[in-house]
Amino acid sequence: MSNYHLDLDLKELREAFNSGKTKESSWRISQLHGLLHILEDKENDISMALKKDLGKHHVEAYRDEIGTVVKSINNALANLKQWMAAKKTRLPIAAFPSSASLVPEPLGVVLIISSWNFPIGLSLEPLIGALAAGNAVVLKPSELAPTCSSLLAETIRDYLDNSAVKVIEGGSDQGEKLLQYKFDKIFFTGSTHVGRIVMSAAAQHLTPVTLELGGKCPAVVDSFSSSRDNNMAAKRVVWGKFGVCAGQACIGIDYVVTEKKYLFNLIGLLKRYIKQCYGDDPNGSHSICKIINKKHFSRLKTLLDEPSVKSSIVYGGSMDEQSLFIEPTILVDPPLDAAIMTEEIFGPLLPVITLESIEDSVNFISTRPSPLALYAFTENKNLQKRLVSETSSGSIMFNDAILQYAVDTLPFGGVGGSGFGRYHGKYSFDNFSHEKVIVMRSFLIDIWFRYPPWTNQKLQLIKAGFRYDYLSVVLLALGLKRNA
Amino acid sequence: MASEEETKTSSPVFDAEAASCLMKELRGTFIAGKTKSFEWRSSQLKSLLKMVEDSDKQICDALFSDLSKPEMEAYIHEIAMIKSSCKLALKKLKDWMKAEKAKTNLGSFPSSAEIVPEPLGVVLVISAWNYPLLLSVDPVIGAIAAGNAVVLKPSELAPAMSSLLAKLFGKYLDNSAIKVIEGAVPETTALLEQKWDKIFYTGNGRVGRIVMAAAAKNLTPVVLELGGKSPVLVDSNIDLAVTARRIVSGKWGCNNGQACVAPDYIITTKKYAPVLIDSLKHNLVKFFGEDPLNSPDLSRLGHSNHFARLKNLLDDDKLAGKIIHGGQSDKSNLKIAPTIVLDAPEDSLIMNEEIFGPLLPIVTVEKIEDGIEFINSRPKPLAAYVFTNTKPLKEEFVSKISAGGVVINDVTLHLMVDTLPFGGIGDSGMGAYHGKFSFDAFSHKKAVLYRGFFGDAPARYPPYTPGKLRLLKALLDGSLFGIIRALFGFS
Repeated sequence: MSNYHLDLDLKELREAFNSGKTKESSWRISQLHGLLHILEDKENDISMALKKDLGKHHVEAYRDEIGTVVKSINNALANLKQWMAAKKTRLPIAAFPSSASLVPEPLGVVLIISSWNFPIGLSLEPLIGALAAGNAVVLKPSELAPTCSSLLAETIRDYLDNSAVKVIEGGSDQGEKLLQYKFDKIFFTGSTHVGRIVMSAAAQHLTPVTLELGGKCPAVVDSFSSSRDNNMAAKRVVWGKFGVCAGQACIGIDYVVTEKKYLFNLIGLLKRYIKQCYGDDPNGSHSICKIINKKHFSRLKTLLDEPSVKSSIVYGGSMDEQSLFIEPTILVDPPLDAAIMTEEIFGPLLPVITLESIEDSVNFISTRPSPLALYAFTENKNLQKRLVSETSSGSIMFNDAILQYAVDTLPFGGVGGSGFGRYHGKYSFDNFSHEKVIVMRSFLIDIWFRYPPWTNQKLQLIKAGFRYDYLSVVLLALGLKRNA
Repeated sequence: MASEEETKTSSPVFDAEAASCLMKELRGTFIAGKTKSFEWRSSQLKSLLKMVEDSDKQICDALFSDLSKPEMEAYIHEIAMIKSSCKLALKKLKDWMKAEKAKTNLGSFPSSAEIVPEPLGVVLVISAWNYPLLLSVDPVIGAIAAGNAVVLKPSELAPAMSSLLAKLFGKYLDNSAIKVIEGAVPETTALLEQKWDKIFYTGNGRVGRIVMAAAAKNLTPVVLELGGKSPVLVDSNIDLAVTARRIVSGKWGCNNGQACVAPDYIITTKKYAPVLIDSLKHNLVKFFGEDPLNSPDLSRLGHSNHFARLKNLLDDDKLAGKIIHGGQSDKSNLKIAPTIVLDAPEDSLIMNEEIFGPLLPIVTVEKIEDGIEFINSRPKPLAAYVFTNTKPLKEEFVSKISAGGVVINDVTLHLMVDTLPFGGIGDSGMGAYHGKFSFDAFSHKKAVLYRGFFGDAPARYPPYTPGKLRLLKALLDGSLFGIIRALFGFS
């Protein structure tokens, strides 16, 4: 798309916002309903697009990208009035008589850049927040999921208000062009490399940003006293790694940390559940996503090429470039300085790192960059406490994985290298709002000692006033006291 | 002079290597965990409070040296605010540090969730010269309360305060976790190259961009407290005496206009302007006397560059004949008298940059409502003020004007209320602080979710079947009835 068209589009969006229509609750509600209709009417098309771009199974597509978004829209519709309401705040007596409130207002024209792994979900979740908060929006979906990108462009054009909500498709060139414009907020989901580019561009316009990045999300797997729990934990680890976009998820389990003495049992359980979920021919099972493209496929293949890494493979390892398929693969103790242990894997390769004692996992994790999510499967309450207080991560989850994404009372976002800013539920609304402070004063009472010319008496009065020492204030004013 | 230069060359230069060592030391302190404890945070805040209480004379002297700030202003706007901020943090710290329970929904049943605040790590606070105590220490209070290690870089344009802070912090606070680095552009550049967990910057938009661009390299989140042209819309339906007093003290009684939320310019109707101007002049004389250049109750201008910039605004050809009060200046003492300018042309310098000084343009419009459009056609300011008793005008102002904060019938007040978030929007900045908002600005709110093994929906695992899809739909819908139906195989 040429700059000319971009100019026109952005001008139209700015005018739509300035006209005030996106601020009306009726507009916001109509747009949210529009999104709901897209998901209802086009569920099949969406499923097929996800199948085409990512080999995502219909059930996985519904679970992770359609169902969750429907839930979020319903949550926004149910709570919009409350979210939009002004909040009265208490004021200290010294500010009497006055009243203050906080009023959420939209930021203006916002840009959402989404990624390829959950191309529908990660486009629509922020969009819900932006619309609920009353903004005009540009959505730039990832070009690496082209079927989904054009489906979004078509459905948003047909179901939403085009003058205020636009999808601009394209690759990094288009992205760069867009970043030249001044937006009132940029919401970016993607890699740290592009995150830096986005934030640097935003800095030139003093545009605030939210960066939803990634990281190496570890899963600490302890042994439980009941074998049923051990089984369940292993099954959830398999699911948390391979069951969500074949490991290509920002909150997917990246690697496992366990105790040496539990390793043998754990590997056995992991193998068992991989077979149970994916059968003997995972490629033919259609229950696991493919790798998004040749570039990422090569990247993952290269991770395994290092001889010391290759020799640590204990399960899987087969690949098919034609179908962009990589089999669920388990590695035991690859070298900690190998790329597979220093870069975010984002694929179905699961390193299992062993430590002498499970308590060592706290130090192992805290000495590494803060991930978007940290998982720990343990019944040891002390270990749980230590992990919460001694490590840092966007979120932390015990005895399961991924689910925090679906809980809209929890803020979803990173810290440190995994990003900053948060969303989901009301946090999405807040993300795209400015909380404007409004203070109302009356003309009625005016404290004479707040004005120059300054005298010692006024100083003493003010000192007393700050201490809320009204008796002193009275005495000082009456000249019965000299110092506060 | 010579000995000053000698000292300069003999003191160690704070360069990239020094910055890197500094970061290493602070990171070590933070990782060791000591700044996270309630005891540490609380003891540092207590020491900070004691520091300010013990040193109020030295603080006033430094402020007088840097800005000729009257003792009253030093007290009200800087010392009292810091003490109040410390005391609030001490009182509320336990509450702020507590985890907050969060509700969970049916889809993740059974589970329990909470949101736990944790410190970000090692943070950088860069402050400004106009309120050099307040703007340095207030963010530091938030950083400490939130459990971080912190470096403060005070403004070199207020050198007396900068070195006083370095001395006092060294004496009263835990040096292994809290440090002051003095310096100018080279030192700040060296600091900005490091990987901070947050950068809190107060200053202007030009440097704000530089700070954010440097932060972008390390994906460091920032709070930028910038400025803008804070407008004052003055209606005729007001209490004129109170209005004029409040505007005059808000403009010239706050560091002589050198405040980010100072009223920058006034908009009023052509009809009302003469009445308002008279009252403003009357109050100016009442507060600062007939010879304001020599009034002890007015701050001087911060530094000579600042004087030159403001003088340049006044000397603009386009202002010929528009200066209706004041205009006198005293270069050697860095003073400019309170000056009122009527209807400066829209393309004059004074109407296009943040004044940050004792010059007050008055813009006249036909009807008062036109003022709102005038304000909205310009970048968003940090604060916007309106004086009126007319309810519809109040409401229109509040709903149409976008600014960090809006005050009706007064100016600058919202700064002093610690239950209100203080921050900008658009060109006036991003992020907010004061009170609990300071604590939040320097914290990460970590979501913690506890799950049990009881109640595992087989529906979530492959191999995927239509039955599983139905159950999933029901679970995500949160509909109990739907779940039961799906479980029993109906659709």
